[in-house]
Amino acid sequence: MAEILVLVDHADGAVRKPTLELLTLARRLGEPAAVFLGKGAEGATETLGRYGAQKVYVVDAPEVDEYLVAPAVDALAQIAGGGAPGAILVASSNDGREIAARVAVRLESGLITDAVDVEAGPEGPVTEQSVFAATYQVKAHVTKGTPIITVKPNAATPEEAPATPTVEAVTVDFTASATGTKVVSRAPREKSDRPELTEADIVVSGGRGVNGAENFHVIESVADALGAAVGASRAAVDAGWYPHSHQVGQTGTQVSPQLYVAVGISGAIQHRAGMQTSKTIVAINKDEDAPIFDLVDYGVVGDLFKVMPQLEAEINKRK
Amino acid sequence: MKIVVCVKYVPDATGDRGFNDDGTTDRESVDSLLSELDEYAIEQALKIVESGVEAEITYLTVGPDDAKDALRKALAMGGDNAIHVNDDDIAGTDALGTSLILAKAIEDAGFDLVVCGMASTDASMGVVPAMLAERLGVPQVTYLDEITVEGAGKGGGVVKGRREGDVATELIEASLPAVVSVTDRTGEARYPSFKGIMAAKKKTVVSKDLDDLGIESDEVGLSAAWSVVDTATKRPPRAKGEVVEDEGEGGVQLAAFLAAKKFI
Ligand SMILES: Cc1cc2nc3c(=O)[nH]c(=O)nc-3n(C[C@H](O)[C@H](O)[C@H](O)COP(=O)(O)OP(=O)(O)OC[C@H]3O[C@@H](n4cnc5c(N)ncnc54)[C@H](O)[C@@H]3O)c2cc1C
Ligand SMILES: Cc1cc2nc3c(=O)[nH]c(=O)nc-3n(C[C@H](O)[C@H](O)[C@H](O)COP(=O)(O)OP(=O)(O)OC[C@H]3O[C@@H](n4cnc5c(N)ncnc54)[C@H](O)[C@@H]3O)c2cc1C
Repeated sequence: MAEILVLVDHADGAVRKPTLELLTLARRLGEPAAVFLGKGAEGATETLGRYGAQKVYVVDAPEVDEYLVAPAVDALAQIAGGGAPGAILVASSNDGREIAARVAVRLESGLITDAVDVEAGPEGPVTEQSVFAATYQVKAHVTKGTPIITVKPNAATPEEAPATPTVEAVTVDFTASATGTKVVSRAPREKSDRPELTEADIVVSGGRGVNGAENFHVIESVADALGAAVGASRAAVDAGWYPHSHQVGQTGTQVSPQLYVAVGISGAIQHRAGMQTSKTIVAINKDEDAPIFDLVDYGVVGDLFKVMPQLEAEINKRK
Repeated sequence: MKIVVCVKYVPDATGDRGFNDDGTTDRESVDSLLSELDEYAIEQALKIVESGVEAEITYLTVGPDDAKDALRKALAMGGDNAIHVNDDDIAGTDALGTSLILAKAIEDAGFDLVVCGMASTDASMGVVPAMLAERLGVPQVTYLDEITVEGAGKGGGVVKGRREGDVATELIEASLPAVVSVTDRTGEARYPSFKGIMAAKKKTVVSKDLDDLGIESDEVGLSAAWSVVDTATKRPPRAKGEVVEDEGEGGVQLAAFLAAKKFI
């Protein structure tokens, strides 16, 4: 069986959930092999093995932390070039898509981004994409080179398949381009106890209707009652009511949770592009003609400042 | 110095977009326009010049005949001239092919800085800027919320920027030549003025075909694409669920729905 390379997305060795999803999908296509870049591989190997990695390639070099994208391209391209992988899977984050893109150019291989599903097919992996703000489902496959596929978070449910991976330390010959873009400073985002937006099963988002940073606690308390992540529309973010890292939509984070709750959000096409693939959609809006209601499984026409506190109380009562 | 701004001509996102039978984008049934996210790239290029950097701004698009409209709109906002790569054999090109054509055209024009949008508003892959950096062999400085160019001229200069990375806010920099992409948080783009629209009519738009760029017709286009669309199916619109008016019990009713769905 061909190796399926999975680029590991991690924070200092803590493997993120999308990587476990990739390992799960990789098992459908061949033998999963994880590519771990940076520090913390010892701790991560157990997790990667638990989700089916037969092998872990480790590149522990300062370049990967100090420079953007290009060192990862060198590493991944070199590892892929050393074998004949059946596919390369990368999580669809900004960095992930760019790494995949450059590896595709370097290996002269086809690239498919933002897959929401991947299956084995007669001519290699067949992907499913959700395009044009989720109005179309597209099935595609790569026809040349090694299929390089970026996969959106929540495309699969991580399934354990315990293995004891062999670990191979790889020394990468970095190209001149690896050190072209210097990270001068890095301010890690404040950690919250809430789940990460891309990984959360439930997202509660607030929009312009929330009408002020001081009111966002209305969104946060319901999110906390549900164990959800907090999102925001661009209007709320632009107004400075909530950090940009929480923006949901075309130019923010694209989410696909089990449940999306849109509060005081009208449902502009650019917002829909980031949440329309959610399994269940619920909205609260005082305007019965708001386009968001076209998408909902359940909607409440009403004032969010009345509905949300009542919802929170009722959730806590039922728990 | 020379700034090349890549601008894409895309089907209007508010229209009813779809596909042709061969899996290519249907460009007939929906009006197209300059990708909104590229307006931010244009604005930043103009701002760089307004900040005192001496530069010539060239717009570049790869697209069909009417993609010229995107170039005209860009020129009406400001800048100097434009290049339109247009060839029947380009139809159906994927991201790898598009980046090849753009890279050849950029090399042909000469450049110190390439400015792109963060993603197109149609396919929104967000990969072309990185592919251009790879093909041109220069640093990529992408997803910038803020951008400045310092010490430009005579082959020197650095580009600096701030980006919201996947887990941290980063300040990054690279020496020129480089490829950058900018987000929609870099600041609103200007509207073309009447004067700008009139001036744009006098600016040159050079047309190039694959031959001019030394690209063989079998290197790009649908038949040469590195990936193919097997099927494109319109999703049935989401079945609209129940919408209730809040008459004092809206929160309780919603909680009941969530409980029935096992979210509580
Ligand atoms: C290139 C581009 C990219 C974009 N990217 C994104 C993106 O990534 N994400 C994004 O969200 N947007 C994006 N936008 C912006 C988008 O077009 C909309 O402007 C934005 O989504 C509107 O946010 P909103 O729904 O919060 O605000 P509005 O459209 O103003 O809607 C506010 C809603 O709140 C309701 N409301 C007001 N008060 C109350 C109350 N007390 N109780 C209940 N309801 C109330 C109103 O009825 C209204 O429906 C983008 C736009 C462009 C051009
Ligand atoms: C729905 C859909 C899905 C697609 N999926 C795939 C896929 O999975 N794999 C694949 O290889 N191709 C795919 N394509 C084709 C791909 O979109 C085009 O080749 C395209 O030109 C490059 O990708 P993008 O528009 O997403 O660029 P992005 O990377 O999103 O664009 C970023 C920036 O690059 C510049 N740019 C991009 N294209 C041009 C251009 N033609 N002229 C000038 N500047 C440009 C602009 O500055 C733009 O803001 C898809 C197309 C569609 C319509």
